[in-house]
Amino acid sequence: MKSNSNLEKVFASGQLAVTGELGPPKGTNIKVIEEKAKHLKGMVDAVNLTDNQTAIVRLSSIASAKILLDIGLEPVMQMVCRDRNRLAMQSDLFGAVALGVRNMLCLSGDHQVFGNHPQAKNVYDIDSVQMINMVKTMRDEGKLLSGDEIDGEFKMFIGAAENPFGDPFASRVPRLAKKIAAGVDFIQTQCIYDMERFKKWMEGARARGLHEKCFIMAGVTPLKSAGMANYMNNKVSGISIPEDIIKRMKGVPKEQQAEEGIKIMVEQIDELRKVEGVKGIHLMAIEWEHRVPELVERAGLLPRPKFD
Amino acid sequence: MIIAEQKPLEEIREMLGDAKKVMVLGCGACVTICFAGGSKEVGILSSQLRIAAKKDGKELEVIEDTIERQCENEFFESVKDKMKEADVVLSIACGVGVQTIAELFPDIIVLPGLNTTSFGRPKEPGVFAEYCGGCGDCILDLTGGICPIARCSKSLLNGPCGGSENGMCEVDPKTIQCAWHLIFEKLEKMGRLDQIEKINPPKDWSNSMSGGVRNIVREDLLEVKLES
Repeated sequence: MKSNSNLEKVFASGQLAVTGELGPPKGTNIKVIEEKAKHLKGMVDAVNLTDNQTAIVRLSSIASAKILLDIGLEPVMQMVCRDRNRLAMQSDLFGAVALGVRNMLCLSGDHQVFGNHPQAKNVYDIDSVQMINMVKTMRDEGKLLSGDEIDGEFKMFIGAAENPFGDPFASRVPRLAKKIAAGVDFIQTQCIYDMERFKKWMEGARARGLHEKCFIMAGVTPLKSAGMANYMNNKVSGISIPEDIIKRMKGVPKEQQAEEGIKIMVEQIDELRKVEGVKGIHLMAIEWEHRVPELVERAGLLPRPKFD
Repeated sequence: MIIAEQKPLEEIREMLGDAKKVMVLGCGACVTICFAGGSKEVGILSSQLRIAAKKDGKELEVIEDTIERQCENEFFESVKDKMKEADVVLSIACGVGVQTIAELFPDIIVLPGLNTTSFGRPKEPGVFAEYCGGCGDCILDLTGGICPIARCSKSLLNGPCGGSENGMCEVDPKTIQCAWHLIFEKLEKMGRLDQIEKINPPKDWSNSMSGGVRNIVREDLLEVKLES
């Protein structure tokens, strides 16, 4: 075991893993985390804690992860390259491990122009591929990027994101291969709506045996309304929602659109778990944490495995 | 070349304050090519300042001149007397030109009329694109001659990230091409796609601005100066 995390154990047991996501509050209100966590407990194997997502300042992912650990939920701590240089990253990683964090996600991070401090100077000292490799070296060789030895144990299950919908499409499988070569243990994909393109990407991954070299989790986000579908399709780069899904959302009255979105999500999960090489579902129910119990129940993802 | 653009007129007027005699000094090098600080722009800006002052009922004399390069000492010979006559010199060269004046003429008040933005080139009429980040450790050999430091919004060394669509960067899909999309296509054409899967290691930023001020001292040239 690389980390002994619950998530790693679920993968090792050969069962379909399920992760959720929790957006920390824009302030110090811990109750927001506790309230959201209440709904996720027992429903997912681990929970992603976003790191200033969309470049908006929020309670830090490290502190949020510790709060989650205290509640009895396993965190996947996200870390972006936008806000920290290699010194801060490694120092914060020591802190995270010391506090009991055992899963992380290495990300480039949304550019600051999208957030609430567009005037900020960004860092990007190292990128996400280099971060994966840095963490792997810290774990497997007990060494910092500088070669200095780490005092104490460093265990971490290393994750990263992949976006099969980013362009150019032909670069997406090579980029997955690159992250695997850098040392990634698991991958969570961007939310999947374009099933055809996702399957094509998985086909490319399988052709190179990449699905055997890391655990690939398919990203899913339930649509709450036709408006949300439109917004994500038009405004969020790297997300494309096929016309038939948008039509289906628009085709029902407003008050039934959330229900339609859930139905679509259940169908998507049914389809995704049959795709060879998909080892888990990453459920990003954005500001819908309280609906997660219902979502995972209806998607047939319960009960979640337990280990001693 | 160095790319710059003129500051908004209001900002320039605010900087000038109550100066009665202003010299607008242009530069014949990079900023002439990017239509920001050449003799033409000196003429236009001077007229704008005169008109604005007149409108406000303010007294203002504007002297116009342009020298070949504001970054080298020798070109100031022909204008130095005129510069000293003015209350302030409004330099519409890049930041190097402004500082050259500040250093050569400690008694003259020099103000910047431009915002210096990048190292780049006139890509097409009206488009002045950034090409080089001046990082001090060139890697263009690895990236098909396309710089990800200057031309990727996140300066990624192992891109593309997921934020590119149809070859354009999400940071500004109208004007910024995804550098990694370009790199991928270029390497593909060159039959060097194997290169895209090689992990570029963390960059040594010590030769960039992160390593402190970069002054190059060439001992061989110093000696020449001493001998002559």
